[in-house]
Amino acid sequence: MAVKTTYNFDQMLSNAREAYGEELYRMAKEGKDFAFTFSDNVAPSSSAGKLLKEFPERCFNFGIAEADQVGASAGLALSGCTVFSQLFGPFLSLRAADQIHTDIAYNDVKVRLIGTHSGVTSGGGPTHNVIADLALYRAIPNLTIVVPADAGQCCKCIRASMEYEGPMVIRIDRAGSPNVYAEEYQLEIGKAIETLAGSDGYIISCGSNIYECLMASKILKEELGLSIGVVDMHTIKPLDIDTILRVARKTGMVVTVEDHSINGGLGGAVAEVLCEAGYQGIFKRIGMPDEFSVLGAPDEIYHYYGMDRHGIAVTIKDLLNRGNR
Amino acid sequence: MQRNGLQTVAELEDKCVDIRSNLLKFIYRIGMGHLGGELSIVEMAVALYYKYLNFDVLNPHMDGRDRFILSKGHCSETLYTIFSDQGAYTQDYMVEYFESLDTYKFGMHSNRKRCPQIEVSAGSLGHGLPIAVGYALGARYRGENYRVICLIGDGEFDEGTNWEALMAGGHYKLNNLVCILDKNKLQMTGTTEQVMNIEPVSDKVKAFGWNLIEIADGNDMEQVCAALNRLPERNCKKHDAPTFIISNTVKGKGVSFMEGNHKWHGGGISEADLNIALADVSNGQTRN
Repeated sequence: MAVKTTYNFDQMLSNAREAYGEELYRMAKEGKDFAFTFSDNVAPSSSAGKLLKEFPERCFNFGIAEADQVGASAGLALSGCTVFSQLFGPFLSLRAADQIHTDIAYNDVKVRLIGTHSGVTSGGGPTHNVIADLALYRAIPNLTIVVPADAGQCCKCIRASMEYEGPMVIRIDRAGSPNVYAEEYQLEIGKAIETLAGSDGYIISCGSNIYECLMASKILKEELGLSIGVVDMHTIKPLDIDTILRVARKTGMVVTVEDHSINGGLGGAVAEVLCEAGYQGIFKRIGMPDEFSVLGAPDEIYHYYGMDRHGIAVTIKDLLNRGNR
Repeated sequence: MQRNGLQTVAELEDKCVDIRSNLLKFIYRIGMGHLGGELSIVEMAVALYYKYLNFDVLNPHMDGRDRFILSKGHCSETLYTIFSDQGAYTQDYMVEYFESLDTYKFGMHSNRKRCPQIEVSAGSLGHGLPIAVGYALGARYRGENYRVICLIGDGEFDEGTNWEALMAGGHYKLNNLVCILDKNKLQMTGTTEQVMNIEPVSDKVKAFGWNLIEIADGNDMEQVCAALNRLPERNCKKHDAPTFIISNTVKGKGVSFMEGNHKWHGGGISEADLNIALADVSNGQTRN
C-alpha cells in the first residue's frame, strides 16, 4: 500500500537538520531522558539551541574532536543515558570510524549518531562530501543505519529510536529538502515504504533523493506512460529484503539512487540481495562514481552525475530502451 | 560492599604475590598473554579491586559501583585473575572458556558483553579515556556519586584521543574522573623514549587542567595506597580538576628475566620459564 506523497517542491521545503533539533527539544519537554553531545559546528542559533538553552545539564560540546565525542558518547550511554550525538558527517564516518566500530557498536550502547551534511549536500568539495559512510557503516556489525527522506521522517526516526535497542546512525542533509510525505503514516525502522507503486520498474532510494526519484517517475509517466514505482529504503540496515525482492520480481527492473558512492552503499546492498536471490532482471546503480566529485552546488553535482530527476529518467529510458531523448 | 576487602599494605602486598603467581600459571595454561604490561599493573589493580573500588565481583552491575576502565585491554588477564581470586570464576573455568567459541567470556582483549565484571570492551588503544570522560559526565548528569577510573598505558598514550580526552576532562572539571598512567616506559618495540617521546608528561597533564599525583614506584604498595588515599571525595556535582596519577612501574615486574625487557610484551611462557618466574615472584615479594 503506497503512502501518499507530494510533488510540491517549492512550498514544502523543510530542513531535517533543523527539524530534528526541534524534535529533541519537544522530547525533552515531554520528560524523555536523553543526553546530547555535539561538535563545534552546531550553532546555538539552530533549533538545537533551544535544547542547549533550556536543558544545558544534558548537553555537552566536544569542540572539534570527533573521536573523543563519539567515545564519550559511548561512556554517557554506559552511564545509563540514551545519547543523541550530532557530528559533521564526513568527520563522523571517517575520522571516528574506530570509535563507531569499537566504542559504539562493539560495546553495544544506545547512542544515536546524527551525521549531518550527507552526500554532497554540504557543497564543500570532496573533503566535506560524505560518500563513503554507508559503505563503512554497513560493514560494522550491530549498527542500525537510517537515512530519512525528509524532515518529518527524520523526526519520526528520532522519536522511534528512543524505543529501539542498540546503536544507530542517522544520516541527514545539510539544508532544506522537499517534504516527501503528504499524509500521516507509521514509520517502522527496518521496514521500507513504497511511496509509489509501479508496474514497469522500481527505483529504490533513500534520503532526499527520494523526491527526485518521484519527480523522475512523474516525467516518465508523462512522457512515455511508464509506471515506475519508488521505494523509500529509509533503513539501510537491517535491510528490508522482502520489499526489494517483491518489487524486483513484480517488474523485472530495479534502479537504485543514492547520494553516496556507488560502491558499497544502498546500491551495493540491493545488488547483493538481488544477486543472491537469483534475480536476472534489469539492475542499475545511480550515485557518485568512483572518483572525487566535481565542485559545485549539490543540484549542479546531481545534474553532472545524472542523479537529478532528468538524469534518473534518462537512465531508466535507456534501460528500458524506450524513447531516449 | 566488596569481596575480600583488604586493608593493610601487608595484606595487599601478599595478595600481589598470589595474583602474580596465578596470572603466570593462567598464561602458561592458555599459552598467550601480555605479561610485561600485566605484571606492571598488579599493585595498582590489587589496590583498586581489594580496597579502593566500590565494586562487588559477584554483583558486577550493582548500582553506584565505581567504574574501572582498563584502556589497555590487552592486559585483561590481570583482571580475570583477580575476578577468579575473588570468587567469580575458577581458573579452570577461565582456561576452559578462554577464547572459547562457546562463550568467548575471556579473550585476549576484554569484552563487557561476555564477561560481566568488565566495564568496557577494549582492545584498540586510546579508547578508554574518552569513554571515561563520557561516563563521568553521565554520572554528573544522573546525580550518581561514583568514581570513574581509567587505567592507560604509556605506550597507548601516543594515541591522540587521549589528549582530546584530557582536554575534555579538564574543560568539564570532572572531579570524579581519575586517569592512571601505567608508566612502565616500554612499548612493543623499545622504550617509549625511543619510540615516541611523551615527556614531560607531568607538565602536559597539568597544562590540561588536571591535578597530578606522581607515584615514584608504582610497584610499591605503600606508595600506591598513599596516592589512592589522596583521591578527592566522590562528589559528581562538584566542578573541580580531574585527577591524573602517573604510576612509574616496571614492565614484567617481579620476574627477573622479564623486568625491563620489552620482548615480554606479548606471548606465552614455557614450563621452564614459568618455574623460574614463580620462584622469583615468591622470593622477591613475599613479606618476611
